[in-house]
Amino acid sequence: MNNWKNFTKGLLKENPVFVLLLGMCPVLGVTTSAENGLGMGLATTFVLVMSNIVVSVVKGGIPDKVRIPAFIIIIASFVTVVELTMQAFLPSLFESLGLFIPLIVVNCIVLGRAEAFASKNGVVSSAIDGFGMGLGFSLALTVLGAARELLGSGKIFGMQIFDESYGMLVFILAPGAFIVLAYLISIVNKLNKA
Amino acid sequence: MERRLIMGSKKESTFINMVSALLIVTLVASAVLGYVYELTKEPIAKAKLEKKLNAIKAVVPTFNNNPDSAKFELAVEGGAPVIAYPATMDDQLVGTAIESYTMSGFSGLIKIMVGLKPDGSIFGISVLEHKETPGLGTHMSDDWFLGQFKDKNPASFNVKVKKDGGEVDAITAATISSRAFSDAVIRAYDSYMNRPNEQQVTSDTTTTVEIIEEEVTDE
Repeated sequence: MNNWKNFTKGLLKENPVFVLLLGMCPVLGVTTSAENGLGMGLATTFVLVMSNIVVSVVKGGIPDKVRIPAFIIIIASFVTVVELTMQAFLPSLFESLGLFIPLIVVNCIVLGRAEAFASKNGVVSSAIDGFGMGLGFSLALTVLGAARELLGSGKIFGMQIFDESYGMLVFILAPGAFIVLAYLISIVNKLNKA
Repeated sequence: MERRLIMGSKKESTFINMVSALLIVTLVASAVLGYVYELTKEPIAKAKLEKKLNAIKAVVPTFNNNPDSAKFELAVEGGAPVIAYPATMDDQLVGTAIESYTMSGFSGLIKIMVGLKPDGSIFGISVLEHKETPGLGTHMSDDWFLGQFKDKNPASFNVKVKKDGGEVDAITAATISSRAFSDAVIRAYDSYMNRPNEQQVTSDTTTTVEIIEEEVTDE
């Protein structure tokens, strides 16, 4: 029951993007299309789960004063693993996400979960927490990316929905990211209150 | 209560403890990364080569050699050299893919692959790398834009946007990107046409003859 709560809280109640407003840099930067959003979300989920597991395992052996550098090294290692693997086996996705993969290191949601949850809880619940938070992050990025892609170029996951001549450029550009995110946050707020 | 238990099991923040904890963490991390690097080194090189070969395939006629192993550099006046990948079919040159670039894009560097037939006319062009504005400059990868260069010979087809008195249809609202693109195409063409010809280099007499002929035609 408790684990189930740990898992579901990341999806809506404590959604990292819509409620905690963490990690806004990749959220606004990569969500020009649903595919980019999903790819970034899954990469972050992997890093979150793995770093949460490792942090909760080693937390006893790490003195308090050096815990942040130690956590960052652990997170950065997993990000590099993701980067190399993606470069090797998913080169086209790697190209469109490019710069944002190394930036997962400084995504505060990852360090935030390591510090706020994994350093105080057991391995299983930490892994579940990371997985739930990661899925919530992926969900938010995919929805945001899909909305921007649909409004901006009339496509979802590269599939033409509206007429080819359709396009509202502003939604692909940075201002559109803020506008769509604001509307999505207000919708989630309404859902959480209900 | 539970919290105090966890705190109790934590190592004290003494100098030795801190140094040894960080040392172990970094050692393990670097060992893991070294292992993953070795594991992915070959697939990454393979993916990069494949991407390059696909880009070459898209811009030159069918070939059966490995253009990457036959690549050579072409000098560019006042800039970094461009790389040429000759494509041959049964040892007969069918085209040369030239990895050209321009710095004058809306956001700086644009890299394109230009396929030239042996006579210098364009067989195809593909965009390798750019940072242009999505929805504007990114349309340079569209078929209608790239298609207008097909089978054109820059000797007779003025590769400049119509605004500058040329014959290239610019992308709406992205004249700067179109202009930069044309600049990269011309760079590839010029460096290819000015390439040092192996036969000319080996024999001095032919070189002089060529120069004299050129002078005559210039007049």
